[in-house]
Amino acid sequence: MAEVKIPIGPQHPALEEPELFLLTVDGEEIVKAEMRIGYNHRGMEKSAEFRTFLQTLYLFERICGICSHSHTTCYILAVEEVAGLEIPERAKFIRTLVGELERIHSHLLWLGIAGHEIGFDTLFMYSWRDREFVLDILEEITGNRVNYGINTIGGVRRDIPEGKIDDYLKALDILEERCQYYAKLAFEEGTLAARLSGVHYLSKEKAIELCACGPMARASGVATDVRFEEPYLVYDQIPFNLVTYDSGDIFGRTVVRVLEVIESIKIARYCLQNMPPGEYRLEKVPKKIPEGEAFSRYEAPRGEDVHYVRSDGGENPYRAKVRAPTMQNLLATMESLKGSYIADAPIAIASMDPCFSCTDRIALVRDIRSGKESRIRFRDLSKYGKGGER
Amino acid sequence: MFQSLVNWARVKSPWILHWNTGACNACDIEVLAALTPRFDVERFGILLQGTPRHADVIVCTGPVTRQVKDRLIRVYNQTPDPKFVVAVGTCACSGGVFRGNYNVLGGIDQVIPVDAYIPGCAARPDAIIDGVVKLLAKLQGKAG
Repeated sequence: MAEVKIPIGPQHPALEEPELFLLTVDGEEIVKAEMRIGYNHRGMEKSAEFRTFLQTLYLFERICGICSHSHTTCYILAVEEVAGLEIPERAKFIRTLVGELERIHSHLLWLGIAGHEIGFDTLFMYSWRDREFVLDILEEITGNRVNYGINTIGGVRRDIPEGKIDDYLKALDILEERCQYYAKLAFEEGTLAARLSGVHYLSKEKAIELCACGPMARASGVATDVRFEEPYLVYDQIPFNLVTYDSGDIFGRTVVRVLEVIESIKIARYCLQNMPPGEYRLEKVPKKIPEGEAFSRYEAPRGEDVHYVRSDGGENPYRAKVRAPTMQNLLATMESLKGSYIADAPIAIASMDPCFSCTDRIALVRDIRSGKESRIRFRDLSKYGKGGER
Repeated sequence: MFQSLVNWARVKSPWILHWNTGACNACDIEVLAALTPRFDVERFGILLQGTPRHADVIVCTGPVTRQVKDRLIRVYNQTPDPKFVVAVGTCACSGGVFRGNYNVLGGIDQVIPVDAYIPGCAARPDAIIDGVVKLLAKLQGKAG
């Protein structure tokens, strides 16, 4: 049978974001999977160079609306390392708390999207209803439902509202009960297991070889988590478990995410109960950051987030570099797509929890041997950004 | 007589197409949140559609990037008349924090005509519902 090319995207009901997946199918089977990213490229790293460190913080909040706190925390940890600032303990707890609440909301969001992709819309509505509990807490703590803007250089912008901790604990209890229900649903109810088991298989060796990260790697049995490997903020004080699963398919990814939500609820509860008193931000923070560079890692809901910041002693970052988790997971996803069925493509793409607004970037490959200088003019940047004819 | 019937149907069941033109996902999840039980825009007859050919209203989020521009025009042309465009979020209204970046053209109205603007970063579901209801009122006004 002749091979047929099927484009998915840039506008497609299964995709939340504009990206193009070009699948070559032979009958029902995918034999070749290609993708074109870049529709969401906005030129963040370049525009960070024209902003002060604090303005860049709020710019980086808008790299991705779902893991906004991850990006800002990762960036701010690097900036504070360059500046040599030691932030108050309470600020660290609040950052951790917001980070974990964000993980809960992101994973519940993913669970809903995955339910939607496999035609299980009840799960979509259920998990998005439960997600509102977390968004309510986040709104009370930070003032906004998404893009919280709670981080600032030297601490956090707001304290936890007084006398509200009991309410939050109560909401977390309800949420934990609901998540136990989802875990039960995954293990005992046949629908999810029947639809997702064995689909889009990624072996442990392949996951390591292709540098998968986050829940995608953990579902293939790779125990990788920055919170364990290199604890930042207060993760070294908090007892929690690393969730892994050995099946390597989408079912495993679902289970890992649901169980991670339960772990995150425990961490959030620990943070609320053991919040140390005291200041929540430094009073004086230098406007100019001394010369230096730093590199920081953060376990975002989707995997390892990496930021690099370099300062030349001025008010603006000399260079701010972002490497988001979806970038790493793309290779493994595209590799595993080969050999899957075309009907599994939407859920397979969704199973890595893609976030293309984090991913899209311009990369220039420089040939060192040619000895040519690799400078690029500003107007050429927008030419590259356009990416040619589609 | 026939036209008033069509208008009545249009106001009672506007089908929307959600189209991310380079947003950071924040407005997108708020648009989706507006469809789910807490906010539930389906009570106004609003239904999310997958293809522009079935849609009456295009809900755009995010600034227009250079790469997405041609697709946006194509999606707009594929939508049958009469069509309405709602720009959700500050970026979609004006370009927001991304204004002036080398790969961003600005708001949605730089490329296609916009009927309703819903500002906010990110626009709350309440605001989105308010904007959509106002758009419906406008439609009703048009219907006479």
